[in-house]
Amino acid sequence: MSDTPVIDTVGLSKVYATGDTPVVALADVTLQVHRGEFVAVVGASGSGKSTFMNLIGLLDRPSHGVLRLDGVDVARLTSNQRAMVRNHKVGFVFQGFNLLRRTSAMENVELPLLYAGVGARARAQAAATALTQVGLGERMGHMPNQLSGGQQQRVAIARALVNQPALLLADEPTGNLDSTTTREILKLFVDLNVNHGITVVMVTHEQDVAAVSRRVVQFKDGHVVMDGPPPETWTPAVEVPWRAAKVQGAA
Amino acid sequence: MSLFTLLRLAFRVIARNKARAMLTVLGIVIGVAAVIAMVALGTGAQQNIAKQIASLGSNLIILIPGTTNVAGVRGGGGSSTTVDVDDIEALRREVKSISLIAPANRQQVQIVAGDANWGTTVQGTTPAFYTVRDWGVENGAPHSDLDEASMNKVCVLGKTVATELFGTDDPVDKWVRIKKVPFRVIGVLVAKGQSPMGTDQDDTVLIPFSVYRQRMAGTQRDQIQAAYAAAIDANSAQAAVDDMTAVLRQRHHLRESAEDDFSIRNLADIAAASREVSESMTLLLGSIAGVSLLVGGIGIMNTMLVSVTERTREIGIRMAVGAKARDILVQFLVEAVVLSAIGGAIGVAFGWWVARLLSDTTGWVTVFDPGIAALAFAVSGAVGVFFGFWPARRAARLDPIDALRYE
Ligand SMILES: Nc1ncnc2c1ncn2[C@@H]1O[C@H](COP(=O)(O)OP(=O)(O)O)[C@@H](O)[C@H]1O
Ligand SMILES: [Mg+2]
Repeated sequence: MSDTPVIDTVGLSKVYATGDTPVVALADVTLQVHRGEFVAVVGASGSGKSTFMNLIGLLDRPSHGVLRLDGVDVARLTSNQRAMVRNHKVGFVFQGFNLLRRTSAMENVELPLLYAGVGARARAQAAATALTQVGLGERMGHMPNQLSGGQQQRVAIARALVNQPALLLADEPTGNLDSTTTREILKLFVDLNVNHGITVVMVTHEQDVAAVSRRVVQFKDGHVVMDGPPPETWTPAVEVPWRAAKVQGAA
Repeated sequence: MSLFTLLRLAFRVIARNKARAMLTVLGIVIGVAAVIAMVALGTGAQQNIAKQIASLGSNLIILIPGTTNVAGVRGGGGSSTTVDVDDIEALRREVKSISLIAPANRQQVQIVAGDANWGTTVQGTTPAFYTVRDWGVENGAPHSDLDEASMNKVCVLGKTVATELFGTDDPVDKWVRIKKVPFRVIGVLVAKGQSPMGTDQDDTVLIPFSVYRQRMAGTQRDQIQAAYAAAIDANSAQAAVDDMTAVLRQRHHLRESAEDDFSIRNLADIAAASREVSESMTLLLGSIAGVSLLVGGIGIMNTMLVSVTERTREIGIRMAVGAKARDILVQFLVEAVVLSAIGGAIGVAFGWWVARLLSDTTGWVTVFDPGIAALAFAVSGAVGVFFGFWPARRAARLDPIDALRYE
């Protein structure tokens, strides 16, 4: 684990000025996430989880506060540099998949490489590898509408991984999926975290999904109200090494 | 992104909505087609006019009685009776800036040779005519001063008449009848083709002027319908026109304020007149082309704006995975250019097809200019850049999160 946190926020706030009264979606969030962590972000609907993720993923800009990614204050970055961070450092997985329609799984996964300036051959190779990694090696030519929800989300994960980012951000990645598919996706995340050292920050409102993580951050009305390991009483949806070790140690 | 990737993407997006694409590029198609057809016809027409004007003879000056129309020449001619044989004689004597002058009176006749029979124009003229009009005889000989003096009933056939009456046979020394008068054919004129006014110059028969006056002119023996003069050289053409005008005005006792009761034109005037016609034609078609390209460009802008709005989420997704503003700008710009270039390509093909069709149905000469085709194509591409820029910039300026949230 490096000294510099992957994510480092100080007093991060987001205020929406739309409507009569301004909405404080995120209020003064100070938080650090270190390399190799697996964080679950939980909280009621409207508590500011997505707002937080969008800021971290450089899709949105904060109203106040400081955000550092790998020690770099992102407020200093130009819009091109922000695009490059989205491209290289961060992989973003959305609840609604956000795949390009009428574009094959392969080409969807190639997209970040296209903007990274990778040549056609290397692109195809890396995309095939990423799709195989998420278990879709057989369906590379399929269009999104020919794939199930779980398969589409795996394409989206492959797309998030293809540029080998250090940070995977997932906003309710299993929100639209049934429990079987949810478990498959979670296994994938755990594998990425344990075997590939990717830092994972995942939003969920399901207890058994959050229980998979090593650390739970709970939001309420834009504030962080709880931050710590998942309670022992929560049963994880899939087996995870850190919980198994604990169980063994206790025995 | 490589250009190839961009082009492939653009073609794919356009192919998804072919009907819309076709409607979008219609303006460009019409604009470019108008340019191509215009240039093909214009170039052909100009070549034609140049050739036809050359066919009238060098240093040619045309005199006709009465006031003039724009081009200075009339197909029928001779409705006014203000110029007579004595005027021609005076011009021959007094105007030093012309070397020759030939009166030419004409009328429609039936010409008969054996069983064959053809309606044509008989012209009574002097031997100077051949020189002034620079019109050679390819078979036999032109009529001579002796024929004029002796009033010999001889004739020289235009190529069309020779063919109509005698087919491939040699007409020389055969006999024809014009208004019941028998004439011996002594020659056949070299083919000249169409006049600048579009009449067949070879559909004519020449007979001695003296014979025409006596046997064809009826009561109008002394009137002149037209006369052709040759300036002593090309530089004297305008001086010759002025000198002839002065002599005729004096002979006709015209006051200072009175208009000419005749008109004299040199080739430069005629050439200018026909150029004027073809230039106004070019201007007309050119403005059609310009307006179409403008409308086409606006069509492209409209379609691109719709496309940007429809694809806001796509733009958001692309930005979320690392597309820079420039990448989005270029993507939509390339799409607009591909769209307009497709219009340009169709326009070039369509324009050429229209030109060919016109030339097949009207007999006008068309000349395809690959340089102009390339230029028209390039201009349509430029229209795409110009009108595609604003929508593309709108796309590029979207905020990633706003674009992703767009419903
Ligand atoms: N674009 C927006 N404009 C105005 N208010 C917004 C916007 N996005 C989110 N909000 C508000 O910000 C708060 C936090 O929203 P969000 O971060 O999406 O919550 P969560 O993801 O935890 O459900 C909510 O009250 C929501 O209504
Ligand atoms: Mg949310």
